[in-house]
Parts: sequence; C-alpha cells; structure tokens
Amino acid sequence: MNHMPAIIVLAPLLGAFFSGLAAWIQKPLSYYIALVSTAVSSVAAVGVLKQVLTAGTWQYRMAGWAPPIGIELRVDLLNAMVLVLISAIAFMNLVASVRSVDQEIPDRSPSFYVMYQLFVVGLLGVTATGDLFNLYVLIEITSLTSYTMIALGDIDRAHLAALNYIFIGVIGASFYLLGVGYLYITTGSLNMADVAVILKGIHGSTAVLTAFVLCILGVWIKMALFPLHVWLPNAYSFAPVGFARVVAPLMTKVMVYVMIRLMVTVFGLDYVFNTLHLAEIVVWMGVIAILAGAFMALFQTDLKKMLAYIIVCEIGYMVGGAWLGNTLGMTGAILHILNDALMTFALFLALGNIIYLRKQAAFPNLQGLFAAMPWTMAGLVLAGLSIIGVPPTCGFFSKWYLVLGAFEAGAYHFAAALIISSLVCAVLFFKVFEICFFEPVTDTHDHHGTVPITEAPVSMLVPLGLVSVAIVGAGVYAGTIVNTLILPFLH
Amino acid sequence: MSELLALIVAKYNFWLYIILMMIGLYAMIAKNNLMKKLVGMNIFQTAIILFYVSIGYKHGATLPIIQGDPGGHGAHDAVIHAADYINPVPHVLMLTAIVVSVATFGVAMALCVRVYRRYQTLEEDELRIRLSEK
Repeated sequence: MNHMPAIIVLAPLLGAFFSGLAAWIQKPLSYYIALVSTAVSSVAAVGVLKQVLTAGTWQYRMAGWAPPIGIELRVDLLNAMVLVLISAIAFMNLVASVRSVDQEIPDRSPSFYVMYQLFVVGLLGVTATGDLFNLYVLIEITSLTSYTMIALGDIDRAHLAALNYIFIGVIGASFYLLGVGYLYITTGSLNMADVAVILKGIHGSTAVLTAFVLCILGVWIKMALFPLHVWLPNAYSFAPVGFARVVAPLMTKVMVYVMIRLMVTVFGLDYVFNTLHLAEIVVWMGVIAILAGAFMALFQTDLKKMLAYIIVCEIGYMVGGAWLGNTLGMTGAILHILNDALMTFALFLALGNIIYLRKQAAFPNLQGLFAAMPWTMAGLVLAGLSIIGVPPTCGFFSKWYLVLGAFEAGAYHFAAALIISSLVCAVLFFKVFEICFFEPVTDTHDHHGTVPITEAPVSMLVPLGLVSVAIVGAGVYAGTIVNTLILPFLH
Repeated sequence: MSELLALIVAKYNFWLYIILMMIGLYAMIAKNNLMKKLVGMNIFQTAIILFYVSIGYKHGATLPIIQGDPGGHGAHDAVIHAADYINPVPHVLMLTAIVVSVATFGVAMALCVRVYRRYQTLEEDELRIRLSEK
C-alpha cells in the first residue's frame, strides 16, 4: 500500500523529534534535518497531487482502521493543492530564513526549528485530515507552536502579544470543539464524509444549527475575521521574521480552507445557503472586514504592521467570496487562498530582507531602499502590484472571479468594497515605494548622496525570486488552475 | 415557570457547562490580572470537557467492558445491548483535549513568568502604562 499522504504529515513530525536530539550533538544539524523533512514532505505532497489529479480523491486509512471508527486522511483536489502550497512555502522559508534566525535568536535556533516543524505538521494535518476531532487537535498543535515562536520575537512586546493570542486562540478552538460536540450528539460520528451523509436527513435540527454556528465562529476567530482580528497585528508583527514569514501566508489561509471544507464537505452548500439565511449577513461582514482592514492599514507607520492589516483585509475577500453563494464566488475564494499565500509570502520575504539589513521596518528606515536593495525591492513591487490586483499578476485573477461572483449574486456592496480596497492598497504601496525611492537618505555618511548597494544574501533572494515567478505564473495559468483543480472540486 | 424549571432540571448538564463557560469567559474578559485570566481560561476549557463527558453518560448503564466469559464462547452467545454501556468515545476524546488544555496552560504560564520577570507586574493596566513609556 502507498503511504504518501501519511508521509506528508509524518516527515516533519519525525524531523522535529530528530532535530531536537541532533541539537545535542551539533547545533546546525537541527536546521539541516528541518530542511530535509520539509523537502520530503513537499515531494510527497506533489506526488499526492499528481495521483489525485489522475485517480481522484485519495482516502488513506491511518493504521489500517476503516472509517468511521478509524481516522482517515482524505485528500481531494482542494486540499492536495493546499498541501503542496504549505509544504513548499515551509521549505522555501527555511532556506530564506536561516540567516534571519541566526541573527535574531542565535541561542535558541534548535528549539525554533523543532517548533517550526511541529507547526508545519499542524498545518499539513489540518489540511489533510478527514476527521473532525483530529482537526481540532491539529489546530491546537498549530496554535501552541505559534504561541511559543511568537514569544521568541520582540523582547519587550512579544510575550504579551503571544499571551493575548493564547486567550483569543483558546476561545476560538474551544468554540470549534463545542461545535464538534453538538455534531457528535446529532450524528454519532466524527468522520467528515460520514457526518455529511447523516446530516442530509436532519437539516432542520436546531442542534445542527448550533453546531454550525459554533464551528464557524471558532474558525473565524482563528482566521481573524474583522471584529475578531485584534490578536493578529501584534502577534504577527512582534514575531521573529523567520516565523512571521511562514505564519502570515499560511495560518489564516489554512483556516479559510477549514471554513470552506466545513461548508462544502461537512454541512453541504445546500444546507449553508438554502436552509440557513446567514449568507447576506456574512457577506456584509466580509465587506466590513475588507474596508476596516484597508483603512487601518492606512494609519500604520511600520511596514510590518501595515502588512499585518492587509492580511485582515484579505481575509474579508475570502470569507465574503465563499459566502456569495455561487460557483464564481467560491472559485474566487479558493483561488485567492493560493494567490494570497503566494503574495503574502513574497511581501514578508521582502520585509524580512529589509529587516535583516536595517533591523527595523518603520517607514523612516526605508529611505533609499531602491538603490540599496534593488532585487528585494523588485520583489516587493511585484507582490505589491499583485495585492493591488494589476494583471498579469495572480492577485488580479482571483479578484476578477470575486467581482464577477459579486455581480452574479447581486452583492454590489461586495464588488464596491473589493474595488475600494484595491485603491487603498494602491495608495498604501505607492506611499511605501515613494519613501523608498524619492525620499533622500537622511543619515548617509556619503557626501555624494549615492547609496552603496547592500543587498540581502543570495539564500534570501533566491526564494523571493522563485515566489515572484510563481506569482506571475499563477496569474498566467489562472485559467488552467481553475479548470483542473477548483471547478472539478466544486462539482 | 414550572415548565422552564422542568427543562432546566432535565438538561441540567447543559446548563451547568454553560454557566461554567460564562464564568470562565467573564474572567478572561473582565479580570485585570493575567494570572486570573489564565484561571478563567482553564475554567472555560474544563466546562467543555465536562460537556463532553456528560454526553457520553447513559442512565442505568455501566462501563463499556463486555461482560461474560472472556476468551470463551459465552460472550458471543449473550446479546449485547448498546444501551447497557456508557459511550466511551467522548471520554477518550477528552483525554486528548485535557492534554491540549494542560499544554496551553503550561505555555501561557511560562509566558506569564517571562512577562513578570521583565515588568515585575502581571496587572494589565500597569503593563499598558509600562509599554506606552517605551
């Protein structure tokens, strides 16, 4: 029997164990083990994606126990795509961030790599699993490891940011757990596919409604949808760069994936849109999240904080799109999981390069960056254009689907919010570019006014270059991605 | 009034867990001291554990160990009624959830220690003043 789906999740888990042991022998060993384990996991994820494309959904029974008693890993087109995304970003970030980690947390780098791999285990497991309770445990693994890594960041504020994240994160996970409890009372099963079949007969039940509301609320807290977002900006901006780079593109996107999985697979779109009448309210919440995130980003004077608020804004796109109630909107939301992960990763890679050389990313520190770090800035400009939604970058295409979906559903306010936020993002990024390009360098010692090139090391630039290529590639091949991965999944 | 009371008494386990959960939530939101917030968080998680444990219980049922002659053929002959045995699954799930909550509590306490070492206080208002000074 082929064990590839299990290998995706188990490789980083074993890697974490051996990284911890290897640090006793020699410190750098833990980094290399992490590199190998995430690479193995990426290769396995690509293998699974290939298999799923040809042979359809892959149901892998953990330890041979048949569902609904055993735990099942269930990989279909949607999570095969997300698995490849997670493992590839985790691997590339390790390559890019080794120097940042050495600079920021030199004494604790082995523990960082152990936690990093466990974090990746959590994300991959959440994506691959077909079991509701298993999902809860893996969400908590992801969250616990992120608390510890955030606390390794900024010495003054990171601990408090991590504590606040714990308080809110625990409430989110507990709500989800409670929802699973109600589902278990009504169906007597925890396997997603099994629960879905049983739920078809009892759509009117209030217990099912309670379960749905609790689960979705829990996931919203974890993904930082607007009024529940307060933990995110601090947690992400005070975290060490090596971790911020992986948590920012992946954590919220994986939670959006969980929401879509619950809506499509467990409760069924028929239940969500025809039995419940929540869709309109949720689209409005998406609208508010988009506008609030964009406007709060306007008032930031630190690039790190500004990007964190852009994440809050992007969450609104995906939640609103998924709740529009038509195929176009859902396609846009799923495509945006992929695109937003790539764009945010590129932005944070560029941000990390800047912080590596300038220590801080407050706006006054950005002067003269175009001259000093041309390659990093090229990456930042491309990712920024993608966030704004300029074709042919990938950001344009998911926005296009979302706007089309909004028109089809008659949700003109959502389309308006998308366009307004694009304008605000344009203002935001051109403000940054203006500071980097035009503002004179105030503290230069060079009297000729020229800035010497001090570019980030190659190991940090290559991943940025690859992601930039991926951003354009995902844009150019957006049609292929939609036709081969997303539409077959939705039908 | 008596109907409401009957409803409360019949489903008392749900009322209890909701009351406990709200106590925990109140402490997490309203308390000023980080340690008290942590205690609130623990009460909140324990409430959900109690909820799960109570839904596995059945009146007049016993532990889910099959009675009868172990290894012999007697156990197969006797008819086994599911109603005679408590549902073990929610209890087993809670073993995992307890581990998760203990781990969360441990991480949170470690962070409290770090905060206290740096600022010599766990009161949130004082921490806010100290942070705004920086």
